[in-house]
Amino acid sequence: MSVLVNSTINGDNVSFSCDADETLMDALRNRVGLKGVKEGCGTGDCGACSIRLDGALVCSCLVLGAEAEGRTVETVEGMSNGAELHVLQTKFLEHAALQCGICTPGFLIAAQTLLEKNPSPTETEIRYALAGNLCRCTGYDKIVRAVQDAAVVMKKGRKK
Amino acid sequence: MLYESPQTTEDAVELLSKSKGKVHVLAGGSDLLVRMKGGYIEPDVVIDIKRIKSMNTIKKTADGFLIGAAVSCARMADHQALCKAWPGVVEAASLIGSDQIQGRCTMAGNMCNASPAADSVPAMIAAEAWALVQGPRGERWVLVEKIAKAPGVTTLRKGEVVEAILLPPKYKKSGDAYLRFTPRTEMDIAVVSAAVNLTLGAKGVITDARVALGAVGPKAMLVKPAAKAIVGTTLDDAALAKLAAAAAAACDPIDDKRGTIQFRTKVAQVLAKRAAKIAYQRAGGK
Repeated sequence: MSVLVNSTINGDNVSFSCDADETLMDALRNRVGLKGVKEGCGTGDCGACSIRLDGALVCSCLVLGAEAEGRTVETVEGMSNGAELHVLQTKFLEHAALQCGICTPGFLIAAQTLLEKNPSPTETEIRYALAGNLCRCTGYDKIVRAVQDAAVVMKKGRKK
Repeated sequence: MLYESPQTTEDAVELLSKSKGKVHVLAGGSDLLVRMKGGYIEPDVVIDIKRIKSMNTIKKTADGFLIGAAVSCARMADHQALCKAWPGVVEAASLIGSDQIQGRCTMAGNMCNASPAADSVPAMIAAEAWALVQGPRGERWVLVEKIAKAPGVTTLRKGEVVEAILLPPKYKKSGDAYLRFTPRTEMDIAVVSAAVNLTLGAKGVITDARVALGAVGPKAMLVKPAAKAIVGTTLDDAALAKLAAAAAAACDPIDDKRGTIQFRTKVAQVLAKRAAKIAYQRAGGK
C-alpha cells in the first residue's frame, strides 16, 4: 500500500508518497532526495541516519515514512544558512573531524541537538550524547574537540 | 502492509480486533522496525498509537503517574516531578539505547517486547507498576510482572493494547534504584540487572520492600524472599547478606558468551546489594 505523506522538511512543506512499510530514512533519501541521511546499520545502532522529528533526535531507519505525516523533519541539509555553514560544520572541517564522511551528517545533527539543550557540555557529556553515533575513521577525539570548540563559538555568538 | 494511525484507544482496539492477518502495535518502533527489517516478522497491519492523546501524555493523578504507552523515555527524563518521585524507574528507562533511541523508545514497548533483559521492567516491577490494558472487553489492570510470559511472549490477549503504565504515588520515606551490568558503559544490553524499592519507618527500619531481577531468567522477576530479607532491618551487613543469598537463589540464567551462569548469579547479588543501598539512601536512611 502506498501512503501520501505531508511534512515540513527543513522548513519547506513537502509531500511524498512511500510504501507503508518504508522507513523514513529510505523515503527521505529516495523520494525526497535528501542523501545526507545515510544508512549505516539500519537497526538504530550507528546513528548515521540521525534526523530530528518534531525536535526529537531519532534514527530515521527506525521510523516509518508514514509516521512523518504532519510532523517536522530536520536533516543535515537544513543546517547551513545557504552557503554559510553552521558553526558545527565549520568546526568539523577545521578539526578534521571526519575522513570518509558517512557518519558526519548524523554526528552534526546529534551535536546540534546536544548544544541546543546543553550549551556548555563537559567532554564526558559530549561523549555520552554522541554514543549513538559510530565513526570508524577518526577515533572520535577530533569529533569531540570540534564539538567543544563549536560550543565555545556558539556561546560567544549568543552573548553578542 | 497497511499502516493505521488511530486517534482514539477505541479505534485502536477495534483495528486490533478486526484486522486480518498479523497485526502489530507500533509505539516507539525501536524493536518493531528492527524485527521487520530483519525479516523476523512480516506484519499485515501496523497500528501506530502515537496519535492517541491518552497514550501520549504523562498525567499526575491521586493514583500516581499515568505514563501513556507511546511516551518516549526521553520525555520521561524531562518530567521533573516523575524524576523526583521515581528516580530508579527513570534511570532504568534512560539506559535504553542512545539519545536517538531515547527519542523513540517507550516503557510500554520495552515491557511488551518481553525481553528478559529489558531495562525498565525490573524497575517498574520493584515500583509495583500496573499496566492499563484496553481490549474488546473493556479495560483491565495488570501488574507489570504479569505481562511477560516468556522471552518475546506476553499474556496480552487478541485485540488488547497497553494504554498506559501507572506508577504509584511517591510514598513518604521511600526510594527506588536500578542498576545493571554491561561490558560497555553505553549502548549495551543488561547482562544482569537489579531494582529495589523500599519504604522506611521509625529509626530507619525498612517497613516495606520490593526487589526485582532482570536477565537472570526467562523474564524479569519479582523476588519476594529478597524483599523479606531486608524488611524489618536497617539494611545492616547481615540483612545485605541475606538479600544477596535470596537473590542468588532466585537466579536461573542462561549460559552464553555475554555471561556464564556463575557470573550472572554472582553479579545479581552484588547489584541487588548496591541497589538496595542506593534506595535506602534515597528513602532518607543513613
